[in-house]
Amino acid sequence: MSAPALRLTRLTLSHFRNYPTLTWRPGARILVLSGANGSGKTNLLEAVSLLVPGRGLRGARIADLAAHGSAEWAVAGRFATPGGEIDIGTGTPPGGPPDRRVFRLDGAAPRSQAALSAHVAAVWLTPQMDRLFQEGAAGRRRFLDRLVFALEPGHAGEVAAHDTAMASRNRLLGGGGADAAWLAGLEDAMARHGVAVTAARLALARRLNAALATGAAAPFPVALLGLRCPIAERLGAGPALDAEEWLRRSLAAGRTRDAAAGSAATGAHRADMTLADAASLQPAGQASTGQQKALLIGVVLGHAALLAEARGFAPLLLLDEPAVHLDAARRAALFAALARLPAQALLTGTDAEVFQPLAGRAEFWQVADNTLARAAEAAPE
Amino acid sequence: MGGPEVERLIALLARLPGLGPRSARRAALRLLQQPQTRLLPLAAALNEAARAVRTCQLCGNLDSADPCTLCADPRRDRGIVCVVEGVGDLWALERAGVFRGLYHVLGGTLSALAGTRPEDLATEPLLARLRAGGIVEVILALGATVDGAATAHWLTERLSPFGVAISRVGQGVPIGGALDVLDDGTLAAALRGRRPF
Ligand SMILES: [Zn+2]
Repeated sequence: MSAPALRLTRLTLSHFRNYPTLTWRPGARILVLSGANGSGKTNLLEAVSLLVPGRGLRGARIADLAAHGSAEWAVAGRFATPGGEIDIGTGTPPGGPPDRRVFRLDGAAPRSQAALSAHVAAVWLTPQMDRLFQEGAAGRRRFLDRLVFALEPGHAGEVAAHDTAMASRNRLLGGGGADAAWLAGLEDAMARHGVAVTAARLALARRLNAALATGAAAPFPVALLGLRCPIAERLGAGPALDAEEWLRRSLAAGRTRDAAAGSAATGAHRADMTLADAASLQPAGQASTGQQKALLIGVVLGHAALLAEARGFAPLLLLDEPAVHLDAARRAALFAALARLPAQALLTGTDAEVFQPLAGRAEFWQVADNTLARAAEAAPE
Repeated sequence: MGGPEVERLIALLARLPGLGPRSARRAALRLLQQPQTRLLPLAAALNEAARAVRTCQLCGNLDSADPCTLCADPRRDRGIVCVVEGVGDLWALERAGVFRGLYHVLGGTLSALAGTRPEDLATEPLLARLRAGGIVEVILALGATVDGAATAHWLTERLSPFGVAISRVGQGVPIGGALDVLDDGTLAAALRGRRPF
């Protein structure tokens, strides 16, 4: 990927999480933030993630973002972009309710969050994702949908429409004696939106796999992302209208069973994301935690490449504790991949020592006592 | 501030759509400062509307005549009925000036989650109009929400025994979009782009 990169040049926080006030001027492409657990490293990454559309890397409630004892908070970032310098801010509206958030783009209210997408983008990896393959399919589905949503903002509306239709159908079936034509109408909506959702997920998987196969995350092991979902199988075998018709019929035939179970046995809400090593085809669920982490980092880097292709600039990489679970060889591969990419990367870790191979290419910052200090520069190896 | 009469006026204004407590206070102030030119004419208009306006027994529109001006208009095409969710949608379509037939206000959409059931909608009056004869086409203009789409699906089944042509407005209406918030051009395009069910 040869796209120019987005660069964060200044971050200002007020009453955000553990920071009463903070101004940070990062000066390098690769930034290492080290500090003890609970020192507020992740809060800095979260602050940056809130400057792009969406709910940030923790998906936190807005009211939870304010510093203790404060109702208002604000985060502002200055970015160097291919189109020039821009300022983006977000926070509670002045004097407004603490559970609302507004954006500022160069001092004015942007027309929508989507208007920000033209200027800024970020992808992230969090320690919570380390458990993605030990927990249920819902978490993996959300992970996949977030990847799709970053590229196709309309995806969120399709998922919501499918889920509304499904919840409505569950309610009708639960009430007993439901009107068959009404049920058919909701099943039609589930089929249309469910097939659209699945097609978008499949397209993302295809594009991501292609990017990874052509070295987007090199020298990382190449991951193969897949979808375990009967709708996806139908879509692979024939036209989308046939898949819709099949889903409509399956739902209509499953009413008695679904009424008894209280949920729909078929639909886009049953899909699971699979991830495997493309060389060995070993599924992530059977791989070591280190291998899983490597595959996920590969996916995040591949996704960054897709975003760069779509937007014309490389998104920020926010990697929270990326070195945890990685052995020395994989760490070296991560650092090599980061060195090769144009994207700005923010990395956190409890131990700065782990990132020493990046010395000379990265800026090292120490996080403690609600502030950031430039760490003494070690000589490059 | 201003006594119970003023407070009551502000409280009533604040309950109107599009007005909050702040704009209600501003509106109340403007009315009270100009009683002859603003307050009394408004009071008279409200009184008159409350006395005269009623629901059209045929289509569900609000008008001082029953049947309403639209239903009584001999120039309108009596063979086509456009089914809308609410009077606001009917007014939006009329404002756009793209439809020359008659309307039927359903009074909502089916909603399992909000508890709106078939018996809560004005379906029987619509079926009665079809039974009376003369209608050859029904256009369902119900908004692009899940409930709107499901209601259109459900209504199509109820209408199919009458052998009329049934089409749906949907093209160009964004997901979750209600008709009455669309601009006239989009509405016109949506109506032109209607598809047979
Ligand atoms: Zn009428």
